[in-house]
Amino acid sequence: MSDHTHDISKHRKIYITVGVILLIGTLCTFALDHFDSINLKKKVGMLVATLAALAIATVKGGFVAGVFMHLSNEKKWVYWVMGITIFCVLGLMGLTLWGMNDIPGQGHQFDLKTGLPK
Amino acid sequence: MDIPFTTKARPDTGLYNAKLGIWLFLASEVMLFGAFFSAYILLRVGADPGAWAHGLMNVPIGTFNTFVLILSSVTVVMAWAALKAHNYSLYRNCMVITIACALGFLVVKSFEYAEKFRHYEVWMKDGTRMTGHIDYQDGAVKKHAYLWNTKTLSKKKIESIAFTPDAPNEWMPGQYYPPMTKEQLEHVKKHDGKGDHHHEAITIKSADIQRLSAFVPAHSTFFAIYFTMTALHGLHVLGGAIVLSYFLFRGRKMWQADPDHLTNRVEVGGLFWHFVDLVWIFLFPIMYIL
Repeated sequence: MSDHTHDISKHRKIYITVGVILLIGTLCTFALDHFDSINLKKKVGMLVATLAALAIATVKGGFVAGVFMHLSNEKKWVYWVMGITIFCVLGLMGLTLWGMNDIPGQGHQFDLKTGLPK
Repeated sequence: MDIPFTTKARPDTGLYNAKLGIWLFLASEVMLFGAFFSAYILLRVGADPGAWAHGLMNVPIGTFNTFVLILSSVTVVMAWAALKAHNYSLYRNCMVITIACALGFLVVKSFEYAEKFRHYEVWMKDGTRMTGHIDYQDGAVKKHAYLWNTKTLSKKKIESIAFTPDAPNEWMPGQYYPPMTKEQLEHVKKHDGKGDHHHEAITIKSADIQRLSAFVPAHSTFFAIYFTMTALHGLHVLGGAIVLSYFLFRGRKMWQADPDHLTNRVEVGGLFWHFVDLVWIFLFPIMYIL
């Protein structure tokens, strides 16, 4: 939340609008699962349903971080701290997923003498 | 001794100290929850087909709790805006709603946990599996069995249990013991596993049971990660509620002593609260729907 002077009443309207958007996003996520007519899991498969649900969550998260936490207008120290953190989290997450099949006997097969993939 | 830069920004960072502090703390929180989300993805992707407990979460309840947290996020930022506008009574009202939402979230979550603790899966020796509830007679009173497992049957010397199977659900689409007639199966299929539809209790001999477990962390990988992540999140909600309550109940004195300091404290508390909301926004779809 930044320090500079704001038109408070204008900002209150923005907060309420974002709140309504978040509620609508939540209803969309609920509808994805609840109504058979748009149940993506049943209609087009788990992958599309997963991507849709995560896309909605990402948009909602973006609104919370950008507007409620005022990340859309912050000091560069905050961007550095969070930028490095997000880079590390995504990097470690990616490395973990990348390495999950590198188990001898499961997924990729390795030559035990040379250590190279067969 | 006065603590410096509680209200004014430091010239080098452009932030007052508590604000830089909360962002560093939130960075460590991102790493913590990031590790759990990574573990979740790893377990989910590596789960054998049929081993992930789909369709057992109460999605309407999860949706309601998401609404509650979003409402609390709106009210906490409105509380901060009210202090900026020097409107203390509006701040107090917004804070009351925020704390009520936090407590509401925890109460709903505790009921959800209790429901899981009396919901069971039974693995029969013939390979059949089914989910449902166990009731037992305690004198003249019929009670729900909480947190029973295979050992409970031998400890309490129970020879048979009255088991009420669930309707077929997404995870367990129709394995029953004993096998159902065509008419019975058609009847329960109509409900498609939604809601609380149960059919009649069946009696199962303890000798025929391979394993019995409530939906507790020991039940399966899914419930282990579900309880770990939601309980950790719940602790954050509780911690946030305690801090915000302090700002509510001690707020008047702080406001009279130094209005800017209280405004900054609420801002910092609010940032933590928004982070708790942010975590739930991702927890809800991955735990309840995917």
